Amino acid sequence: MEKLINQFELGLFFWQVLIFVGLIILLKKFAWKPILDAVNDREEGIKNALLSAENARKEMQNLQADNQRILQEARLERDTMLKEAREMKDKMVDDAKTEAQAQGQKMIDQAKAAIESEKNAAMAELKLHVSTLSLSIAEKILKDELSNKEAQTKLVEKLLGDVKLN
Amino acid sequence: MVISNKALRFIIATFVICLPFISMANPEKDTTIVQTVVAHEGAEASHEAHAEPTDVKSKVKAFIKHHVLDSHEFSFAQDDETGVHYGFSLPIIIWDNGFQIFSSSKFEHGEAVAESNGNFYKINHHDGKIYKTDAAGTITEDEKTGFPTNVRPLDLSITKTVFSILLAAILMFVVFTSLAKSYAKNNGIASGIGRIFEPIVLYVRDEIAIPNIGEKHYKKYMSYLLTIFFFVLFLNIFGLMPFGINVTGNLTITFSLAILTFLITNFTANKNYWGHIFWMPGVPKVMRLVLAPIELLGVFIKPFSLMIRLYANIFAGHIVLMSIIGLMFIFKSWLGSSLSFGLSFALSILEILVAFLQAYIFTMLSALYFGSAVEEHHHEEAHH
Repeated sequence: MEKLINQFELGLFFWQVLIFVGLIILLKKFAWKPILDAVNDREEGIKNALLSAENARKEMQNLQADNQRILQEARLERDTMLKEAREMKDKMVDDAKTEAQAQGQKMIDQAKAAIESEKNAAMAELKLHVSTLSLSIAEKILKDELSNKEAQTKLVEKLLGDVKLN
Repeated sequence: MVISNKALRFIIATFVICLPFISMANPEKDTTIVQTVVAHEGAEASHEAHAEPTDVKSKVKAFIKHHVLDSHEFSFAQDDETGVHYGFSLPIIIWDNGFQIFSSSKFEHGEAVAESNGNFYKINHHDGKIYKTDAAGTITEDEKTGFPTNVRPLDLSITKTVFSILLAAILMFVVFTSLAKSYAKNNGIASGIGRIFEPIVLYVRDEIAIPNIGEKHYKKYMSYLLTIFFFVLFLNIFGLMPFGINVTGNLTITFSLAILTFLITNFTANKNYWGHIFWMPGVPKVMRLVLAPIELLGVFIKPFSLMIRLYANIFAGHIVLMSIIGLMFIFKSWLGSSLSFGLSFALSILEILVAFLQAYIFTMLSALYFGSAVEEHHHEEAHH
């Protein structure tokens, strides 16, 4: 123990404390503070970069989901529009068809009515003609009867032949 | 010839250097040594060779003893035959009725008496410390304790240890300011030499400071923890490099580091910390009276254990490693020297581990003490 105590050197102690404390102060100012600050900054920077990368990734995902959704919506909209258009087309065609049919039917009906009325008119005229003709024939026959019997018969035959020819 | 050293390269260099001693005679060297070597190799227990190995042994022993102590000059190597020292002198600053400043070369490697302004000083061989003497340089020793009774002036010299601390401090400052600057230059990413240390800085923060002190308070201790970690680590590694600088294996150094941890712990402590020491919550009142002195003692034992742990680990590491290196020169045979070379190589690697481990433990325990000082007990019962 005494040997150990004897090893203690006050001068050396003085220099050691002086140099060491000076070294701590100098290194603190010129080395440790800048080093630890730089390392901290770097670590913060890395942390932030990782965080922002993660955020960007999430944002990207959201964006992609949005895009997907919008695309889906657009597709649906297109489908409904197409469907509507098709329906409209069908309806229009149907409408046109029924209208045309109705129109045609109407025209046919009109034509039929016209034909009927014309036929009736013609029949009436014919009846009138026949009656007049019959009357005239009867008149002539009656006239000839009075003159000649043979002649009357011949005349009737002749007239009948005329009628046939008519 | 004995050379202070540790690292691998130097071990190999030492091995190469000692080759001529083992294999061939150098005619310029003192012939008696060569003869002894031959005699030693030839006959193991020759009475003539008996004197020489003890000499090598004692030389190794003295060298190790000198190495682990502080020194007033920075010596890389010395040649005992020619008495040439390789190294450089350091300034001596002594407070003895005014500053006495002179170069350590005046001591002539501890051989001579240095004179400054009419005062005479001499370095004691046993502890490497400067004592005031008369002109002849006589140092009287106490009969009982063996310590010199001469007056010891206040020695503020830039010793080898102070020089090494300065070197480490400058190196740390350069390395870490360059790391700090490289962030600004390189967009927040470290570059250059400091880049190696960035993971260690982060380790100290994430594995030592935050778990032990907590997210809330750790910031104010970071400067101290980082400085002490790298200071101890750098000096531990310095100790493993050639020229054998033993700084963290010096009791004064570890004492000053431990006392700083002690002071910071107790000056930043909150009332919870003191409450736990003097009036332990959650135990019977009688026990509190018993626990108070024990806890108070613990306040001092904690930094004391820090001091002893680092000192003993590094000190012992140096002694063991140097002894095994010294064995190479004592064996002076191919088998023994090779074996001790292998052993010292393995130990050097172990010492590198110890260098990191002790730096880690010192920082870790400091952080633990700081953590206990600022800990907030929201749920008292859960802790006891």
